[in-house]
Amino acid sequence: MSRIGERFQALREAGRTALVPYLTAGDPDPAATVPLMHRLVEAGADLLELGVPFSDPMADGPVIQAACERALAHGVRLRDVLDMVARFRERDAETPVVLMGYLNPVEAMGYAAFAERAAAAGVDGVLTVDLPPEEAGELVAELRPRGLDPVFLAAPTTSEERARGIARQAGGFLYYVSLKGVTGAGHLDLGDAARRVEALRRVVSLPVGVGFGIRNPEAAARVARVADAVVVGSALVERLAREGEEAAVGWLASLRAAVDEADAQAAAGGSP
Amino acid sequence: MPEAEARAAALPDERGHFGPYGGRFVAETLMGPLQELEAAWRRFRDDPGFRAELDRDLACYVGRPTPLYPAERWSRRLGGARIYLKREDLTHTGAHKINNTVGQALLARRMGKSRLIAETGAGQHGVATATVAARLGMRCVVYMGAEDMARQAINVYRMRLLGAEVVEVSAGSRTLKDALNEALRDWVTHVDDTFYVLGTVAGPHPYPALVRDLQAVIGREARAQILEAEGRLPDALVACVGGGSNAMGLFHPFLEDEGVALYGVEGGGEGLASGRHAAPLCAGRPGVLHGNRTYLLEDADGQILPTHSISAGLDYPGVGPEHAWLKDTGRARYVAVTDEEALEAFHDLTRTEGILPALESSHALAYAMRLAREYGPEGVILVNLSGRGDKDVHTVAAREGLAL
Repeated sequence: MSRIGERFQALREAGRTALVPYLTAGDPDPAATVPLMHRLVEAGADLLELGVPFSDPMADGPVIQAACERALAHGVRLRDVLDMVARFRERDAETPVVLMGYLNPVEAMGYAAFAERAAAAGVDGVLTVDLPPEEAGELVAELRPRGLDPVFLAAPTTSEERARGIARQAGGFLYYVSLKGVTGAGHLDLGDAARRVEALRRVVSLPVGVGFGIRNPEAAARVARVADAVVVGSALVERLAREGEEAAVGWLASLRAAVDEADAQAAAGGSP
Repeated sequence: MPEAEARAAALPDERGHFGPYGGRFVAETLMGPLQELEAAWRRFRDDPGFRAELDRDLACYVGRPTPLYPAERWSRRLGGARIYLKREDLTHTGAHKINNTVGQALLARRMGKSRLIAETGAGQHGVATATVAARLGMRCVVYMGAEDMARQAINVYRMRLLGAEVVEVSAGSRTLKDALNEALRDWVTHVDDTFYVLGTVAGPHPYPALVRDLQAVIGREARAQILEAEGRLPDALVACVGGGSNAMGLFHPFLEDEGVALYGVEGGGEGLASGRHAAPLCAGRPGVLHGNRTYLLEDADGQILPTHSISAGLDYPGVGPEHAWLKDTGRARYVAVTDEEALEAFHDLTRTEGILPALESSHALAYAMRLAREYGPEGVILVNLSGRGDKDVHTVAAREGLAL
């Protein structure tokens, strides 16, 4: 079983929901990333999503676009991100790391070379935002034999038929994008998200994470009641940019506490 | 018809691929809406009611068919082949872009969408979208790079006069590619009521096929007109290529005519060697951007590079996937013309024929000047004059040190 699979199994046995922060590698500067990854784990992250900067992040809102631009201005490229993961692994062999980015930098490196180097660096999963399952066969064929989980998105616009197709390709966990929009947009409709996640569980056996639009501990707690993982990106990246690392780490800890409380209430059979 | 060309004409395949190019590389949220769009286009493109409405609009509103003009004086001056100009500059709004927006807007209405969005570079596609939105009473938002807004100020005002909201895009290189990113972001946020009117033969499937089908009216007319005028097919077709919609619209009905050479002319900027250009087919390599696999201008790490062309409409780091396929198969040839050469052609045609071409189209004209000598007096060359140059008067004047 992959590191992601093991982590979700352990969490399930403990009755806990995973907390998954996203940060853009190299933002605000390349030296900050690896120490920040460790601090997020200490603050309660169960998995880390590490964004690979891209010049044209079409599915991202202004916060992560700006983070990509800052990282690119420092010259951070895919190979540098892989180096960061390798350095993170020197001190942390347990926390799964998922790379999240766009296809073109992976194409430029070559699928086989990328999979080889990512596995060697200690990456556990790869989420390529602009690679739907229909086009993903070749990359998945390089990832799987090396123990890398291909992570896919599901959205409010995903039909049940498409969800079945996604389930056939996906590994690690399924990332449900809880609103129509780009990263960091608006607020999610929790009732709708709950119904969708329930529907997804009928066709997907993988753990389901929910992200996009989770901006505070209350929302994280409510998502924790329906999802196996709570993913936070833009709200964290924005705090990091505006208020600095201390504030960002402290905020993640407050989400951890809220999610833990929700888990405890669920265990006690309490209602929301 | 040779088997290979029959196959070429039948592309894309059911997954939207032209050989290794094309496809549908978008975030999951857009997959459903793209499938819905594809189904709607399959249903309506051969629907007699839809065709009749589109044909009527093309005739009465757009002003089709556009003339095929024999540029006799210019041809004589160049001392070579007989050059014909397909006068897309004479359409309503002054460029071929309206052929596509009229069709997509009718499709949007049949799909029950009330809001149109578009990206624009030179502003011609934005104006053409704002125009059809005004006529159909639909809301319209156009995304435009901040740099393009500065150099195409008149088109920005035209769009606003037509009732469109023009949104300035200040991200990235502040040109067409960034406007396209922003339009995709809008669409993903408003998929329920919004129709994305994509302006070129790029983007995720079905856009490359949809836009080509709507622009192919150019080539169908031109083919019949040149047969009428010359009694034979031309030796060569020449069209400028940014995203490549006017070129694909002209080329497509000729793909099976083996004897007709196809030339696509990219924005060579300050020359390919300078690195400051917009010529992915001439100097790029395959990658994935904006929903399709195609030739791109990118660095060794797969980051998209800024482009340069005097013409905002050619200033784009990618190109339609069908052009990538025609390049690889050798059916079409892709070349580049510099800013300087395009400007010379702009002046030359204006002075000789009294026709002020768009700077985009001037790239095709510049290459036709070269070809005219190669083909000699027996040759027949058909150039797509994709748009008129009024929008570029300020750019040309500024280049010559004049403030208007």
